[in-house]
Amino acid sequence: MIGYHLRLALESLRRTPGLTLLMLCAIAVGISTCIVTLTVYEGTSTDPIRWKSGRLYAVTIDSWDPNEAANPKRPNLPPTQLAYKDVKYLLTSDVPTRKAAMFRTQDIISGGGAADAQPVPITTRVTSADFFPMFDVPFLYGTGWSAQLDQGAEPVIVISRELNEKLFGGINSVGRTLRWNNRDFRINGVLNTWFPLPKFYDLNRGAFDALEDAYVPFGWAEALGRFPNGGRVACWRNDPIGSFQQFLQSDCVWLQMWVQLNDAASRRRMQAYLDAYWADQHQSGRFGRPRNNRLTDVRQWLIDQEVVDNDNRMLVGVAFAFLAICLLNTVGMLLAKFLKSAPGVGIRRALGATRGQIFWQYLCEAALLGAAGAALGLLLGALGLQGVHALYARGSIGPGGYQELTHVRWASVLWALMLALVATLGAGFYPAWRLARLPPASYLKSDQ
Amino acid sequence: MLRMSQLTKTYRTDHVETRALLDFSLEVRAGEFVAVTGPSGSGKTTFLNVAGLLESFDSGSYELDGRDVTGLSDDDRSLLRNAKIGFIFQSFNLLPDLNVYDNIDVPLRYRRMKSSERRERIGAVLNLVGLAGRRRHIPSQLSGGQQQRAAIARALVGEPAFLLADEPTGNLDSTMAGEVMALLEQVNAAGTTIVLVTHDPQLSRRASRNVHIVDGRIVSA
Repeated sequence: MIGYHLRLALESLRRTPGLTLLMLCAIAVGISTCIVTLTVYEGTSTDPIRWKSGRLYAVTIDSWDPNEAANPKRPNLPPTQLAYKDVKYLLTSDVPTRKAAMFRTQDIISGGGAADAQPVPITTRVTSADFFPMFDVPFLYGTGWSAQLDQGAEPVIVISRELNEKLFGGINSVGRTLRWNNRDFRINGVLNTWFPLPKFYDLNRGAFDALEDAYVPFGWAEALGRFPNGGRVACWRNDPIGSFQQFLQSDCVWLQMWVQLNDAASRRRMQAYLDAYWADQHQSGRFGRPRNNRLTDVRQWLIDQEVVDNDNRMLVGVAFAFLAICLLNTVGMLLAKFLKSAPGVGIRRALGATRGQIFWQYLCEAALLGAAGAALGLLLGALGLQGVHALYARGSIGPGGYQELTHVRWASVLWALMLALVATLGAGFYPAWRLARLPPASYLKSDQ
Repeated sequence: MLRMSQLTKTYRTDHVETRALLDFSLEVRAGEFVAVTGPSGSGKTTFLNVAGLLESFDSGSYELDGRDVTGLSDDDRSLLRNAKIGFIFQSFNLLPDLNVYDNIDVPLRYRRMKSSERRERIGAVLNLVGLAGRRRHIPSQLSGGQQQRAAIARALVGEPAFLLADEPTGNLDSTMAGEVMALLEQVNAAGTTIVLVTHDPQLSRRASRNVHIVDGRIVSA
């Protein structure tokens, strides 16, 4: 019977090509809008390191102005970054299984594979050895560096896969030398493709900021006097800063710090360590605000930093509202089309069709329309995401970021298919039900 | 075959109540060819709809082929209609988008009959009505007489216990009307009970019995 119903449905849709196209477009546009917004929403709301996000903590201390919160809109939260002198002390703790301080800079690099290679501008993450194992960063060639090299004992560098492609054509470049800030650095490792989305460990430039091109041990920042010129520096005091050393000793916050704490006990010990440090500094005249030292896991961190903000949620809501409008239009068109075929239904009922058989016949037509609408919606959705991709590809953001975000995912495809099926069946249900309930006698032509 | 006893049917709107059938009692025996006649508005169509299980009635009883249809659910009435009744309408009521073969196939589809049996039955009725060569034509490609013959084939294909014909020649010229009546007589002679609703005295004279309705009551039978 289902085959018969599908055949009738196909013929019915073919008979009204204009109306069919209109309904298909209504469904497809609604579905594709939902695909695009859901894909972006999924990208923003996904836990980027879910297998250990409950063990990774951002370290924050409220070192801000005693008279004003760092973020007046959310005064309960401390600044998201730390001052250099605080990080230096916190890094000495042996409580965390792993710990990493970090910041971002913009630099010039030279000395690629080609003899005539020109210096190229890059971004660098200056960080600790634990950055790589703590965030499970994959390597294509080589490794990171050991903790002994964190203080700059040796000039080593790790570069991204993209930079390796650009400078060395993708070959194993471990052991080769690059010139970073007028000093030779030996390549210790090349990263494999890696893009945690959102870029949870440093949200200063947005959740979808591209990854850095290179990674350098933390100690070299001090040794080479690298200011965080590509990151965010926030100071609440107008202390005169005339030199790099004065900057390091200031209360300006510009460093991110993450620790890995594997159990509740070590978390409690780390919290106690932080509180003890705060109490000591408070005693000596720093940290004038109430104690607010935090160890925030990745999920909470993303919530606190409003990565999934209300605008994004609202956008999803608007997309679904738009889909609902499209579907209401489809319901209207289906109802008009179905009711026009009421005399035919009267004849079929007279010939012995039950209400259920009529209902399923017309629901099959709606389902067929939904399947075609889903296919078209997927196509339009993919085009829409390509449009977002093209829009952001024109900007300065490198590989990754929004471009990565706009790849069509299987989860989204499944979502779209389910959505289209449920939506169109929902849209077809009422018209099909109405038609099946029509009294057959009143639709049979009679000239009497 | 068909037994209606003290049957009443009333149509109600907000302000008007119309009694379409009143104390309506009629028995049609198997193999009969009965003509139901009466002026416009006398209740012929209501009788046809009630007899064909397309409409319910308010009171009285109705037995179809030995089965009491009072209180049957809509689905049961559909199944009974499919199994026992063949309809022939004045305006043919063929599905305009289906060809002759597919139109005749419709009642068999709802009976969930195997395709080989459907094919066999459709072939037989097409030969009976003389439309074997027109099976792929859609209704608009046929003459009025051919369309009515296709409708008769559709009514017969399920081998119903009786045929309900509503002015079957009303839209045909005299030659075609004669052909259709001859076909119905042939079908009746083969054993199928026929109830013919008409206001044409010439047609009613060809039936074995005449029932005359006025204002929803049988005045002569």
